[in-house]
Amino acid sequence: MYQTLIPWSADEGLVANLERRGVNRRDFLAYCAELAAILGLSTAMTPRIAEALEKLKRPPVIWLQLQECTGCVESVIRTSDPTIGDLLLDVISLDFQETLMAAAGDAAERAKEQSMKDNYGKYILLVTGSVPLGADGIYTTIGGRTAKDHLETAAKGAAAIVAIGACAHFGSVQSAKPNPTGAVGVDQVIKDKPVVNIAGCPPIAEVITGTLVHFLTFGTLPKLDGDNRPLFAYGSRIHDQCPRRAKFDAGQFVQAFDDEGARKGYCLYHVGCKGPATFSPCPIFMWNGHTNFPIGAGHPCIGCTERNFWDTMSPFYTRLPDVYGVGVEHTADTLGAALAIGAVAGVAAHAAATGIHQIQTRRREAAASTGAPGAGGKGNG
Amino acid sequence: MAKTKLVVDPITRIEGHLRIEAQAENGMIADAWASSTQFRGIELVMQGRDPRDAWAFTQRICGVCTVVHAVASCRAVEDALDITIPANANIIRNLVMGMQFIQDHVIHFYHLHALDWVDVVSALKADPKDTAGIAQKISPWPNNSTTYFTEVQNRLKTFVGSGQLGIFANGYWGHPAYKLPPAVNLLAVAHYLEALDWQRDVIRLHTIFGGKNPHPNFLLGGMASAINLDNDMTINAVRLAEIQGMITRAKAFVAQVYIPDLLAIAGFYKEWASIGGGTKNFLSVGEFPQAGIKDLDKLYFPRGIILNNDLTKVHAYDQHAVTEGIASAWYKYSGGDKAVLHPWEGETAPLYTGPKPPWEYLQDQKDGKYTWMKSPRYNGEAMQVGPLARMLVSYASGHKAVVENVNMVLKTLDVGPAALFSTLGRTAARGIETLLLAEQMQVWFDALVTRIKSGDTKTFDGTKWEPSSWPKSSKGYGWLDAPRGALGHWVTIDDEKISRYQCVVPSTWNCSGRDEKGVKGPYEAALTDKHPLADPARPLEILRTIHSFDPCMACGVHVIDVKGNLLADVKVQ
Repeated sequence: MYQTLIPWSADEGLVANLERRGVNRRDFLAYCAELAAILGLSTAMTPRIAEALEKLKRPPVIWLQLQECTGCVESVIRTSDPTIGDLLLDVISLDFQETLMAAAGDAAERAKEQSMKDNYGKYILLVTGSVPLGADGIYTTIGGRTAKDHLETAAKGAAAIVAIGACAHFGSVQSAKPNPTGAVGVDQVIKDKPVVNIAGCPPIAEVITGTLVHFLTFGTLPKLDGDNRPLFAYGSRIHDQCPRRAKFDAGQFVQAFDDEGARKGYCLYHVGCKGPATFSPCPIFMWNGHTNFPIGAGHPCIGCTERNFWDTMSPFYTRLPDVYGVGVEHTADTLGAALAIGAVAGVAAHAAATGIHQIQTRRREAAASTGAPGAGGKGNG
Repeated sequence: MAKTKLVVDPITRIEGHLRIEAQAENGMIADAWASSTQFRGIELVMQGRDPRDAWAFTQRICGVCTVVHAVASCRAVEDALDITIPANANIIRNLVMGMQFIQDHVIHFYHLHALDWVDVVSALKADPKDTAGIAQKISPWPNNSTTYFTEVQNRLKTFVGSGQLGIFANGYWGHPAYKLPPAVNLLAVAHYLEALDWQRDVIRLHTIFGGKNPHPNFLLGGMASAINLDNDMTINAVRLAEIQGMITRAKAFVAQVYIPDLLAIAGFYKEWASIGGGTKNFLSVGEFPQAGIKDLDKLYFPRGIILNNDLTKVHAYDQHAVTEGIASAWYKYSGGDKAVLHPWEGETAPLYTGPKPPWEYLQDQKDGKYTWMKSPRYNGEAMQVGPLARMLVSYASGHKAVVENVNMVLKTLDVGPAALFSTLGRTAARGIETLLLAEQMQVWFDALVTRIKSGDTKTFDGTKWEPSSWPKSSKGYGWLDAPRGALGHWVTIDDEKISRYQCVVPSTWNCSGRDEKGVKGPYEAALTDKHPLADPARPLEILRTIHSFDPCMACGVHVIDVKGNLLADVKVQ
């Protein structure tokens, strides 16, 4: 249904487009209301969403894949609303994307350069993968140029930069100690523009496409937390939204995998769940068309939306320090920012909670040892 | 005619970063070099980690083959610690892996490979009635109507008419090597879009057992998803019904869309059954243990080696005969560039000696090095791995279903067994094994249900979970035949921590460069085996053969010994 709602061409208005496709205005407005709900906006915003969609032409998108595993691309092709087919044909103009594009080699590079030139200042830049800075960048080259070179070139004319996944966020697994290739995230290379971080290894498909839809609809980036993650997705801890939270509060814990507690869906905190320290919408949005999420499948959360989680959250099956002092009142703007930034005045009141202390310490150590800018605060974009 | 030097970089529609340099002469490829241009060094990161975490780290080697490294890693650590997983966990891992194969192969066919054979622009000229006629003749798939194909064509017209071609921009449309009539092109484009929706549905099997996809969760000693028919958080009747639905829909799409399309398209490209054969040796470590990991006689696809295209004999596989060389790779061995080492004794010291970026060519460097891939060899021989190797070993071993299906495909295309050793052979073998696995999924699922019915709900063996139960030192080998071929993880555990970790990966076998004897790796050998190239400026034929291997480059560059020193000195010439 999504594809019937968004006009593809600048010279065909929405009304004409809808009529031609046999979709009535009521369905369209219902869709806009649904979109408003997904984005956490009041229904009063519905007309504005409709208006924005009406003006839309398929915006150009350039997608760079740097040092990565392609898992984030695979995640995006699992998106339900819009579907990847809708996204490719009706929503955006994906002018460069190595995994899907028909052209190769020089022809592919030319398609990218042409789009970047024609749409200078207008295109959206999506980045998956980290940037290896070690050994002058030779650990990832494309067309004889380094990942850093590709990123810096493409960033210049970008209207918005979205770093998708843990690699683009902070370097992910290849940046875990000892970070053999000097891998860093996008915001450690591009410092003169805001970079939105869609955290996760990989992120949930709809969080990625939802961020795009937000930008396309409102012309601005969504509101972000202290680590530049969109609040509509990373505003709450898994622990506070978890369907097993009642078991935690009741003291019902899985003590070993496949024990009686595991078979009753008890809380996974004692077998290492990092939900209490992880800001992510997994329990709410869920994965793969609302099918499930890791805790729902009996496995503890490994904290993959948090910066440097490979070092700060592992060993994965060892339980977090006492988290009882951290309650639901902490949103990403207080606790999240505090975790990333370190000590700020606003968090002092909560600092008594041992859990925060210990997490902060581990985080600072990790940031210091890898040179990661996890300690550098960025305002809300 | 003089030789033309050409470069294809990036090779798109693959996983990761691959570069091909070649020389063209008289419409043929005279020589070729395959370069992997990304290095991540994950095995170095593993040193000192908890072995129970190993699957999560190695899983991130690749997000396309998102389960195979995790399972290989679990098998390696389970081998080291002598852990036997419960029968239910073995079946669940087979189901998860089986769906990975099926989904991955369909995506490869439609989204990574099809555009080498299908001219999207030509589909605009098709009469949807013709497409429906062809479709109905080859398959009972319910979407085969004129209305359906008209709708798809209108959507495509709208898209092309917008002038924003997106991912289809700059394709080699109109290239003389495209041979499909417009009606078949439209059929393929329709199924390109349909497969996108299909894959999103069937992969949810991973989400039920592993919580998410990509990168579902695994567990050393079994699987974390507990079975309890009387609880809403566990594997219960609702979950089993969902899984049954996905298996049914997976099989229907494979049997009624993928296979008929594959055969229809292949019929127009039969000359590719004598192009791109290359390396004549094939290795499969076998896959899908049906009676536990140690019973090698009960693997669904058998283990073995075919030498010199000879299907009359299957040779035994012994992991001790695997070696790796660095003659064309940017590493340093203490024994010099000619030395070869078994993974247990492997050394890895990255030593980049290529030109300083930006550069034009890699293969003309004085030291002959041009890639991050080492060269794995078996008894000193280059080996092809992947679906073709699996089907050939199974065929030669007399695997009944494989023999029947391979013969059916050969008969449909009216070609002999020699046609298997080709670019088309690799693409067809992938389809054949997908069909077999789609059927086998039901067998495994039924077995799981039967076990649950009998009261066995065990999914995890925790007797060796606590590190205090582990020996002071241990070593393990985790083998696995992944969608793209033979995979091995080798782990050493000392004092409760990983002290050494190595992977030898399918795309390393296939993409390896020249070895110390100058023997080309399979990509290079295939590109130089009677391989046409009509227009060096539009190297469509190169894409066909390279894509027939389904490259997965991120997987390939992790051959690193965690005990090796990573050298930071970079020599730029």
